[in-house]
Amino acid sequence: MRLEPIANPTALRQAGLPLLALAATVVAGSLLALVAGADPFATLGLIVKGAAGSKFAALETLNRATPLIFTGLAVAVAFRARLWNIGAEAQLYAGAIVTVILGTGAIGSPMVLPVTVLAAMLAGALVLLGPVLLKTRLGVDEVVTTLLLNFIMLLFVGYLLEGPMKDPMGMGWPKSAALVKEARLPRIVTGLRLHWGFALALIAAVAVWLIQTRTTLGYEMRAVGQNIRAARFAGIPVNRVLVKTALLSGGLAALAGYSEVAGLKGHLTKDISPGFGYTGIIVAMLALLHPLGVIVSALFVAGIFVGADSMSRAAGVPTYIADMLLALALLFMVLAILLTRFRVVRG
Amino acid sequence: MTPAPAEAREVVLRLDGITKRFGALTANDAITLALHRGEVVALLGENGAGKTTLMNILFGHYTADAGTVTAFGRPLPPGNPRAALAAGIGMVHQHFTLADNLSVLDNIRLGTESLWRPGAGLAAARAKVAALSRDFGLAVHADAKVASLSVGERQRVEILKALYRDARILILDEPTAVLTPQEADALFATLRRACARGLSVVFISHKLHEVMAIADRCVVLRHGRVAGEVDTHATDAAALAALMVGGAVSPPDATPGVAGPVLLRLANVSTTPEGEAVGLRAVDLSLHAGQITGLAGVSGNGQAALADLMSGLIRPSAGRMEVAGAPPKGWSPRRAVAAGIARIPEDRHKTGTIADFTLTENAILECYDRPGFARRGWMDWRRAEAFTRGIIARYDIRCPGPQARIRLLSGGNMQKLILGRVLEPGPRIILANQPVRGLDIGAISYVHGRLLAARDAGAAVLLVSEDLDEVLQLSDVIHVMSEGRLSPPFARGTMGAADLGLWMAGQGFAGGADAA
Amino acid sequence: MWEILISASFWAAAIRIASPLIFATMGELICERAGVLNLGIEGIMVAGAFTGWIAVYGGAPLWWGVGAAFAAGALFGLVHAALTVPFGLSQHVVGLGVTMLATSTSYFAYRLLLPEVTSPPKIEPFAPMDIPVLSDLPFLGPVLFSQTALTWAAFAVAGVVALVLYRTPLGLAVRAAGENPAAVAAQGLSVTGIRVGAVVVGSGLMAVGGAFLTLSAFSSFFFEMVNGRGWICIALVVFGAWAPGKAVLGAVLFAAFDALQVRLQQTPLGAALPYQLFLATPYVLSILALIVMSRRAEVPAALMVPFNKGER
Repeated sequence: MRLEPIANPTALRQAGLPLLALAATVVAGSLLALVAGADPFATLGLIVKGAAGSKFAALETLNRATPLIFTGLAVAVAFRARLWNIGAEAQLYAGAIVTVILGTGAIGSPMVLPVTVLAAMLAGALVLLGPVLLKTRLGVDEVVTTLLLNFIMLLFVGYLLEGPMKDPMGMGWPKSAALVKEARLPRIVTGLRLHWGFALALIAAVAVWLIQTRTTLGYEMRAVGQNIRAARFAGIPVNRVLVKTALLSGGLAALAGYSEVAGLKGHLTKDISPGFGYTGIIVAMLALLHPLGVIVSALFVAGIFVGADSMSRAAGVPTYIADMLLALALLFMVLAILLTRFRVVRG
Repeated sequence: MTPAPAEAREVVLRLDGITKRFGALTANDAITLALHRGEVVALLGENGAGKTTLMNILFGHYTADAGTVTAFGRPLPPGNPRAALAAGIGMVHQHFTLADNLSVLDNIRLGTESLWRPGAGLAAARAKVAALSRDFGLAVHADAKVASLSVGERQRVEILKALYRDARILILDEPTAVLTPQEADALFATLRRACARGLSVVFISHKLHEVMAIADRCVVLRHGRVAGEVDTHATDAAALAALMVGGAVSPPDATPGVAGPVLLRLANVSTTPEGEAVGLRAVDLSLHAGQITGLAGVSGNGQAALADLMSGLIRPSAGRMEVAGAPPKGWSPRRAVAAGIARIPEDRHKTGTIADFTLTENAILECYDRPGFARRGWMDWRRAEAFTRGIIARYDIRCPGPQARIRLLSGGNMQKLILGRVLEPGPRIILANQPVRGLDIGAISYVHGRLLAARDAGAAVLLVSEDLDEVLQLSDVIHVMSEGRLSPPFARGTMGAADLGLWMAGQGFAGGADAA
Repeated sequence: MWEILISASFWAAAIRIASPLIFATMGELICERAGVLNLGIEGIMVAGAFTGWIAVYGGAPLWWGVGAAFAAGALFGLVHAALTVPFGLSQHVVGLGVTMLATSTSYFAYRLLLPEVTSPPKIEPFAPMDIPVLSDLPFLGPVLFSQTALTWAAFAVAGVVALVLYRTPLGLAVRAAGENPAAVAAQGLSVTGIRVGAVVVGSGLMAVGGAFLTLSAFSSFFFEMVNGRGWICIALVVFGAWAPGKAVLGAVLFAAFDALQVRLQQTPLGAALPYQLFLATPYVLSILALIVMSRRAEVPAALMVPFNKGER
């Protein structure tokens, strides 16, 4: 077999194949439910119901989507420039740490909110800066360095929570002190369990979209990602663009940590992220790296997680079905995207 | 040696009615060709005439839509690369298919032994390679790593690979593109030896004089069809050229340019070699306004380093570079553009354009952040599109519009967009690196016309080309590069192809050909 | 410190810790030598650890467990290869996807098969060999000859990989496929076949590396047990300059550092420092190894370059 480029793919092909990928994921989900001895339709129904069947469920999904929008944007920005940032998890925790440091009384109101946001972004950006400088200066592959930094960062968080940042009132639990009230992100509507972090995520997505389509930096990032050789030849400062991309990407990932601490939890524990950084890769790929698409795919991914949790309690199918489905959706989707542009021919 | 009439000898390979379509394009249209034992048949045609497609079909990389291939009287199954090899057909590709990390012997052995049996035949393989290289005059060191070999040596390894598999038919795709005229003569001697031993050769080329020198017969392809088949002893180069392009060829009307002041000067400039690439060695070069300076040479002798230097990608490691009379402050692609250098890169697909970008996005690659196109970091896409529309109109680019992705364009139209991008600002210096490679005749004369017009408008043009004929036709002054050194300038008309060939082979340089 | 370095138990531990790394590093090395980066390694090791363990827990003999792990790894390798080789999809994205798929599949199956357990059940793992005479040798006895059979297998596998790569036509084809696939295709060999085969076999070995954790090092399966070892193995391939011998050396060296940090934790100085510092050393060392080796140019030329035949 051989791949042959399609000069002008039809709209049907461009829209149909990604939908087919999602349909294949649904089929896979049904099969997995069958394997687990449950009724496939009931299982899928329970997932949908658990994700959006009630006000509580929908709010839960929105809350879960918030950090995923941030990490999804972080990955989308980086991947667009062919910068393989697999370290959103570490950058997320960097943002969370800074949020706790500044939010537990170091800065008085009312400056605490904006300062903390910026400082958290800066911390995340710096965490990614190291691997990117190693890449541009020494040619060290950033995939492995960012991956390894995730483990180092998690150990560092563990050290902080058992040592200098440990909450003296925490009854021995490894958790930080709680944020002061002024440092907390308020709820959007009083009484509804949804904080301003979600709105911040939407703003971030629009901002990233504007940067990518309307600014010279966005143009440079896309040029570097599409063809680094042509970009360099044309005079685009490739290394500087990669560094700027890294700062933006790391900053976005850090906002996930910020909003989880300042919006949802109010303090830092080792498990504030159940792999949001890694899941961000799925979110970004399902969105075809489009910043506004990230919002939709983050809602979808969050819905699967929240829905699977509730389904698992009711139907007894292990909750890891959500992770499996999302991994499958990722693989189906990259194949579908390829097939929108190439056809498989014999010989 | 007068060969027996070809018709009297056995037909070893026959292609019959081969047709291959790619979408709307018919790359091969009912091509029929016969090769006899012991003869050299040239397959002549312009780039895009269908030569490569035909060979890919013969080798089973593509399956033909119609037609058959017969080798030694037996039909070859379509789409099976092993079948052609097993039938005794060996191919020397234009781009060598050697693994740099392996030794010569390992490259030759690759694929000849069963994958599942440990290599027992190593000694036998070594002996066979030694015998072959002796018999055919192909000297190479069997244990050398391919990475350390010169281009000529690599080609010998490729031929040995085919002979090692007992090929009875050798197919060579543009084999002289990477050789000096003298190395090409040595190759021809090897081929004659091979024919005397009963091998048959298909020689793919677009160079007329070579075809006249080596081939017994010549099959001319044009637009995927056989345009004619002639006995080389009964024709001449002009007649072949007419067959090739479908009409009499008129060389471009290149009246001599009028030399103005020096716009770019290199004095004793060297560059650091990168990897296997050759660096510049103490090069002196002056580009005058109003002149085309031609740079001849076998590919890989430092032309890339000179082009990279002028493009701003590298800096001199020694010596002095002056642009418009003064050494530039800092040196980068951006500075080169700012200094008024128009850069037409060698590879328009990989370096010159970004395939998935639109025409507009490609047109502004070198000026996207200049005033007019951007303000405080925000793009003005309307201006960019208007700029592109202007280029499309003035450079006669056939395309669906400025929002079309550039990968949908033909090579000629792509090159015209690059021309527009670099010529619109009115450059003082033009670097044209292989500007017409792979283009059809129409696009070639368009590009040459634009370069001549820019020269007449006062630009200093450096034309880098591996095609000696192109250099001789257009240049007011010619330099030759060999192993990173630059010959003195030769004025138009003072040197012929043979004289330049000696310089290309490294003769004439101070210190002799072997000086390191 | 010096006392630790000359003690037999320290080196015995180093060899033991190196074993799973050697399996997985050899697996990754085979893939990369053929031109395919396999970021599925981390998840494939999880799948191997789980499959080997569940097979033995279900009553299979230990070596069958190893075989089951290999098969599971090969299966996920096939997924990676099918998407990256003929389709030429991003090896980064697909590899991470395979890691997520293999990990979640293992966890899903674990919860499905053992819904009720709270603490992970144990199996009877590979026992250290006791060879007459050899095991009683001073120093060498405990270091080399009182290891489990799976440790020996790790070193044997490394030898076989080196032998096949450098001494057989198959190895020649694999090395050529990672350097210039066009050379392989021009000789009538199938680049797709060679690359898919290399990824499948390599992934099988990675899974055996994972199975070492459950079948030899520990005796039960628990979540997060692979804990970045896969990523470390990718660094070890770079550190070993894509050569099996050097990679084994790197793995042992690395394991020695790991064994050392465990012992240093128990010294008075170590007790004064946060234990996380010691736990982070493997990851820091891996990054340092990548930096040190960054200037070397042995990387297979066609690594991560898809091959579409007929395209030249």
